[in-house]
Amino acid sequence: MKLQKATLFGLYSVLELARDPSRQLSAIDIAERYGISANHLAKVLRDLGRAGLVEAARGAGGGYRFIGNARRTTLLDVVRVFEDFGEEKASGEPGGDTDIGAALDLVLSEIDDIARATLGSVTLNTLLKTMQWRDERSQRLKAKETA
Amino acid sequence: MIALDAEMTGIEKGDFWRDMFSRLSDRSDRHFLVAEDPKGGATRGYIVGEVRAYEFGSEPCGWVIAIGVDPRFRVRRTGEQLFGAMCECLRIDGVATVRTMVAREDRLDMAFFRAQGMMAGPFIELEKPLD
Repeated sequence: MKLQKATLFGLYSVLELARDPSRQLSAIDIAERYGISANHLAKVLRDLGRAGLVEAARGAGGGYRFIGNARRTTLLDVVRVFEDFGEEKASGEPGGDTDIGAALDLVLSEIDDIARATLGSVTLNTLLKTMQWRDERSQRLKAKETA
Repeated sequence: MIALDAEMTGIEKGDFWRDMFSRLSDRSDRHFLVAEDPKGGATRGYIVGEVRAYEFGSEPCGWVIAIGVDPRFRVRRTGEQLFGAMCECLRIDGVATVRTMVAREDRLDMAFFRAQGMMAGPFIELEKPLD
Protein backbone atom coordinates (compact mmCIF):
# COMPACT_ATOMS: atom_id res chain seq x y z
CA MET A 1 0.00 0.00 0.00
CA LYS A 2 1.13 3.56 -0.60
CA LEU A 3 0.41 6.43 1.75
CA GLN A 4 0.44 10.06 0.66
CA LYS A 5 3.67 11.92 1.43
CA ALA A 6 2.02 14.14 4.05
CA THR A 7 0.63 11.05 5.83
CA LEU A 8 3.99 9.34 5.92
CA PHE A 9 5.70 12.51 7.18
CA GLY A 10 2.97 12.83 9.81
CA LEU A 11 3.60 9.29 11.02
CA TYR A 12 7.36 9.89 11.15
CA SER A 13 6.85 13.08 13.16
CA VAL A 14 4.32 11.72 15.63
CA LEU A 15 6.34 8.57 16.29
CA GLU A 16 9.62 10.45 16.57
CA LEU A 17 8.07 12.89 19.08
CA ALA A 18 6.12 10.17 20.97
CA ARG A 19 9.38 8.24 21.45
CA ASP A 20 10.22 10.81 24.14
CA PRO A 21 7.30 13.15 24.96
CA SER A 22 9.50 15.37 27.14
CA ARG A 23 11.71 16.21 24.16
CA GLN A 24 11.12 19.08 21.75
CA LEU A 25 12.18 18.83 18.14
CA SER A 26 11.94 21.43 15.38
CA ALA A 27 10.67 20.72 11.88
CA ILE A 28 14.28 20.98 10.71
CA ASP A 29 15.47 18.38 13.29
CA ILE A 30 12.87 15.87 12.10
CA ALA A 31 13.30 16.71 8.40
CA GLU A 32 17.06 16.13 8.62
CA ARG A 33 16.61 12.80 10.42
CA TYR A 34 14.25 11.45 7.74
CA GLY A 35 15.76 13.22 4.73
CA ILE A 36 12.56 15.07 3.85
CA SER A 37 11.54 18.64 3.02
CA ALA A 38 11.41 20.90 6.11
CA ASN A 39 8.87 23.19 4.39
CA HIS A 40 6.50 20.32 3.71
CA LEU A 41 7.03 18.99 7.24
CA ALA A 42 6.20 22.38 8.79
CA LYS A 43 2.74 22.20 7.23
CA VAL A 44 2.34 18.58 8.36
CA LEU A 45 3.24 19.55 11.94
CA ARG A 46 0.67 22.34 11.87
CA ASP A 47 -1.99 19.79 10.83
CA LEU A 48 -0.89 17.48 13.66
CA GLY A 49 -1.11 20.44 16.04
CA ARG A 50 -4.69 21.16 14.96
CA ALA A 51 -5.49 17.46 15.53
CA GLY A 52 -4.23 17.75 19.13
CA LEU A 53 -1.36 15.32 18.69
CA VAL A 54 1.57 17.73 18.93
CA GLU A 55 2.09 21.18 20.42
CA ALA A 56 4.38 23.96 19.30
CA ALA A 57 6.60 25.35 22.03
CA ARG A 58 7.48 29.04 21.79
CA GLY A 59 10.84 30.68 22.42
CA ALA A 60 14.41 30.22 21.30
CA GLY A 61 14.53 26.54 22.18
CA GLY A 62 11.11 26.02 20.65
CA GLY A 63 10.02 23.07 18.65
CA TYR A 64 7.25 20.51 18.76
CA ARG A 65 6.43 17.95 21.40
CA PHE A 66 3.95 15.09 21.51
CA ILE A 67 0.86 15.76 23.62
CA GLY A 68 -1.42 12.87 22.60
CA ASN A 69 -1.97 9.56 24.38
CA ALA A 70 0.48 7.08 22.83
CA ARG A 71 -1.36 4.13 24.39
CA ARG A 72 -4.65 5.14 22.76
CA THR A 73 -3.64 6.82 19.49
CA THR A 74 -3.49 4.37 16.60
CA LEU A 75 -1.67 4.67 13.30
CA LEU A 76 -5.11 4.99 11.68
CA ASP A 77 -5.87 8.04 13.84
CA VAL A 78 -2.77 9.72 12.42
CA VAL A 79 -3.48 8.60 8.86
CA ARG A 80 -6.98 10.08 9.08
CA VAL A 81 -5.55 13.53 9.83
CA PHE A 82 -4.23 13.58 6.28
CA GLU A 83 -6.38 11.32 4.12
CA ASP A 84 -9.69 9.49 3.93
CA PHE A 85 -8.57 5.95 4.26
CA GLY A 86 -11.08 3.85 2.36
CA GLU A 87 -13.91 5.14 4.55
CA GLU A 88 -16.12 6.21 1.73
CA LYS A 89 -16.42 4.15 -1.40
CA ALA A 90 -15.98 6.32 -4.45
CA SER A 91 -19.41 6.32 -6.00
CA GLY A 92 -19.95 6.60 -9.69
CA GLU A 93 -16.58 5.14 -10.69
CA PRO A 94 -16.67 4.29 -14.39
CA GLY A 95 -17.58 0.62 -14.74
CA GLY A 96 -18.50 0.32 -11.07
CA ASP A 97 -22.06 -0.79 -11.83
CA THR A 98 -21.00 -3.67 -14.11
CA ASP A 99 -20.67 -7.28 -12.89
CA ILE A 100 -16.88 -7.16 -13.22
CA GLY A 101 -16.73 -3.74 -11.55
CA ALA A 102 -18.76 -5.05 -8.59
CA ALA A 103 -16.66 -8.23 -8.25
CA LEU A 104 -13.44 -6.21 -8.41
CA ASP A 105 -14.84 -3.85 -5.78
CA LEU A 106 -15.31 -6.84 -3.43
CA VAL A 107 -11.62 -7.73 -3.65
CA LEU A 108 -10.47 -4.11 -3.27
CA SER A 109 -12.78 -3.69 -0.26
CA GLU A 110 -11.22 -6.78 1.30
CA ILE A 111 -7.77 -5.17 1.01
CA ASP A 112 -9.08 -1.89 2.48
CA ASP A 113 -10.72 -3.74 5.39
CA ILE A 114 -7.49 -5.54 6.28
CA ALA A 115 -5.43 -2.35 6.01
CA ARG A 116 -7.92 -0.45 8.18
CA ALA A 117 -8.01 -3.22 10.80
CA THR A 118 -4.21 -3.34 10.88
CA LEU A 119 -3.63 0.41 11.16
CA GLY A 120 -6.49 0.75 13.64
CA SER A 121 -5.07 -1.86 15.98
CA VAL A 122 -1.49 -0.63 16.21
CA THR A 123 -1.09 2.17 18.76
CA LEU A 124 1.93 4.47 18.74
CA ASN A 125 3.04 2.81 21.95
CA THR A 126 2.74 -0.67 20.41
CA LEU A 127 4.80 0.35 17.37
CA LEU A 128 7.52 1.89 19.55
CA LYS A 129 7.56 -1.23 21.76
CA THR A 130 7.66 -3.49 18.71
CA MET A 131 10.74 -1.61 17.45
CA GLN A 132 12.41 -2.22 20.79
CA TRP A 133 11.51 -5.94 20.81
CA ARG A 134 12.80 -6.38 17.27
CA ASP A 135 16.09 -4.71 18.20
CA GLU A 136 16.46 -6.84 21.33
CA ARG A 137 15.57 -10.00 19.41
CA SER A 138 18.06 -9.33 16.63
CA GLN A 139 20.77 -8.64 19.24
CA ARG A 140 19.93 -11.94 20.98
CA LEU A 141 20.11 -13.81 17.69
CA LYS A 142 23.42 -12.13 16.81
CA ALA A 143 24.85 -13.03 20.22
CA LYS A 144 23.72 -16.66 19.69
CA GLU A 145 25.39 -16.77 16.26
CA THR A 146 28.69 -15.46 17.58
CA ALA A 147 28.65 -17.72 20.69
CA MET B 1 -15.01 -19.12 33.80
CA ILE B 2 -18.18 -20.05 31.93
CA ALA B 3 -19.96 -17.20 33.72
CA LEU B 4 -17.15 -14.76 32.92
CA ASP B 5 -17.21 -15.70 29.23
CA ALA B 6 -21.03 -15.45 29.16
CA GLU B 7 -20.84 -11.98 30.70
CA MET B 8 -18.31 -10.82 28.11
CA THR B 9 -19.84 -12.38 25.01
CA GLY B 10 -23.52 -12.47 25.95
CA ILE B 11 -23.74 -16.18 25.10
CA GLU B 12 -23.57 -19.00 27.66
CA LYS B 13 -21.47 -21.82 26.24
CA GLY B 14 -21.20 -24.30 29.10
CA ASP B 15 -20.97 -27.41 26.90
CA PHE B 16 -18.30 -25.81 24.72
CA TRP B 17 -16.08 -24.95 27.69
CA ARG B 18 -16.59 -28.29 29.47
CA ASP B 19 -15.73 -30.11 26.25
CA MET B 20 -12.66 -27.92 25.70
CA PHE B 21 -11.49 -28.50 29.27
CA SER B 22 -11.91 -32.29 29.03
CA ARG B 23 -10.03 -32.36 25.69
CA LEU B 24 -7.23 -30.17 27.04
CA SER B 25 -6.63 -32.51 29.95
CA ASP B 26 -5.83 -35.34 27.49
CA ARG B 27 -2.53 -33.82 26.39
CA SER B 28 0.41 -32.19 28.11
CA ASP B 29 0.90 -29.61 25.33
CA ARG B 30 -2.54 -28.10 25.87
CA HIS B 31 -2.80 -25.45 28.56
CA PHE B 32 -5.72 -23.93 30.40
CA LEU B 33 -4.59 -21.09 32.69
CA VAL B 34 -6.72 -18.89 34.91
CA ALA B 35 -5.98 -15.66 36.79
CA GLU B 36 -7.50 -15.70 40.25
CA ASP B 37 -8.19 -12.78 42.56
CA PRO B 38 -5.46 -13.13 45.23
CA LYS B 39 -7.93 -12.02 47.90
CA GLY B 40 -10.93 -14.20 47.15
CA GLY B 41 -9.91 -16.77 44.55
CA ALA B 42 -12.54 -15.59 42.05
CA THR B 43 -11.62 -16.04 38.37
CA ARG B 44 -10.57 -12.73 36.84
CA GLY B 45 -9.29 -14.07 33.53
CA TYR B 46 -8.37 -17.11 31.50
CA ILE B 47 -6.32 -18.20 28.53
CA VAL B 48 -6.38 -21.44 26.58
CA GLY B 49 -3.58 -22.58 24.30
CA GLU B 50 -2.09 -25.63 22.67
CA VAL B 51 0.55 -26.86 20.24
CA ARG B 52 -0.74 -27.71 16.78
CA ALA B 53 1.43 -29.45 14.25
CA TYR B 54 1.36 -29.55 10.45
CA GLU B 55 -2.04 -27.96 9.98
CA PHE B 56 -2.12 -26.37 6.53
CA GLY B 57 1.54 -27.27 6.06
CA SER B 58 2.68 -25.32 9.11
CA GLU B 59 5.55 -26.36 11.32
CA PRO B 60 4.47 -27.14 14.93
CA CYS B 61 3.41 -23.90 16.54
CA GLY B 62 1.57 -22.64 19.61
CA TRP B 63 -2.00 -21.39 19.36
CA VAL B 64 -3.91 -19.15 21.73
CA ILE B 65 -7.46 -20.43 21.31
CA ALA B 66 -9.21 -18.20 23.84
CA ILE B 67 -8.44 -15.35 26.20
CA GLY B 68 -10.66 -13.23 28.41
CA VAL B 69 -10.34 -10.83 31.34
CA ASP B 70 -13.17 -9.65 33.60
CA PRO B 71 -14.01 -6.14 32.25
CA ARG B 72 -14.01 -4.79 35.83
CA PHE B 73 -10.39 -5.84 36.24
CA ARG B 74 -8.91 -4.74 32.92
CA VAL B 75 -5.95 -2.40 32.43
CA ARG B 76 -4.14 -4.15 35.30
CA ARG B 77 -1.87 -6.25 33.09
CA THR B 78 -3.87 -9.44 33.82
CA GLY B 79 -4.14 -10.28 30.11
CA GLU B 80 -0.47 -9.52 29.59
CA GLN B 81 0.50 -11.86 32.45
CA LEU B 82 -1.79 -14.62 31.16
CA PHE B 83 -0.36 -14.25 27.66
CA GLY B 84 3.21 -14.25 29.01
CA ALA B 85 2.55 -17.39 31.09
CA MET B 86 1.02 -19.13 28.06
CA CYS B 87 4.02 -18.21 25.89
CA GLU B 88 6.31 -19.70 28.53
CA CYS B 89 4.28 -22.97 28.57
CA LEU B 90 4.44 -23.16 24.77
CA ARG B 91 8.17 -22.37 24.73
CA ILE B 92 8.74 -25.26 27.17
CA ASP B 93 6.70 -27.46 24.80
CA GLY B 94 9.37 -26.71 22.18
CA VAL B 95 7.66 -24.34 19.74
CA ALA B 96 9.15 -21.05 18.58
CA THR B 97 6.02 -19.24 17.40
CA VAL B 98 2.62 -18.45 18.87
CA ARG B 99 -0.46 -17.69 16.75
CA THR B 100 -4.04 -16.68 17.27
CA MET B 101 -7.02 -15.56 15.21
CA VAL B 102 -8.97 -12.35 15.78
CA ALA B 103 -12.03 -10.88 14.06
CA ARG B 104 -11.08 -7.83 11.99
CA GLU B 105 -13.70 -5.72 13.76
CA ASP B 106 -12.55 -6.83 17.21
CA ARG B 107 -10.37 -3.78 17.85
CA LEU B 108 -9.97 -4.55 21.57
CA ASP B 109 -8.47 -8.03 21.15
CA MET B 110 -6.59 -7.03 18.02
CA ALA B 111 -4.93 -4.12 19.85
CA PHE B 112 -4.19 -6.37 22.85
CA PHE B 113 -2.39 -9.00 20.77
CA ARG B 114 -0.53 -6.32 18.80
CA ALA B 115 0.62 -4.80 22.08
CA GLN B 116 2.07 -8.20 22.98
CA GLY B 117 4.23 -8.01 19.84
CA MET B 118 2.07 -10.16 17.54
CA MET B 119 1.90 -9.29 13.84
CA ALA B 120 0.20 -10.76 10.77
CA GLY B 121 1.59 -14.21 10.03
CA PRO B 122 2.12 -16.07 6.77
CA PHE B 123 -1.41 -17.54 6.60
CA ILE B 124 -4.66 -15.86 5.58
CA GLU B 125 -8.03 -17.21 6.69
CA LEU B 126 -10.45 -17.67 3.78
CA GLU B 127 -14.13 -18.55 3.89
CA LYS B 128 -17.23 -18.95 1.75
CA PRO B 129 -20.91 -19.03 2.63
CA LEU B 130 -22.43 -22.47 2.04
CA ASP B 131 -26.04 -21.42 1.50
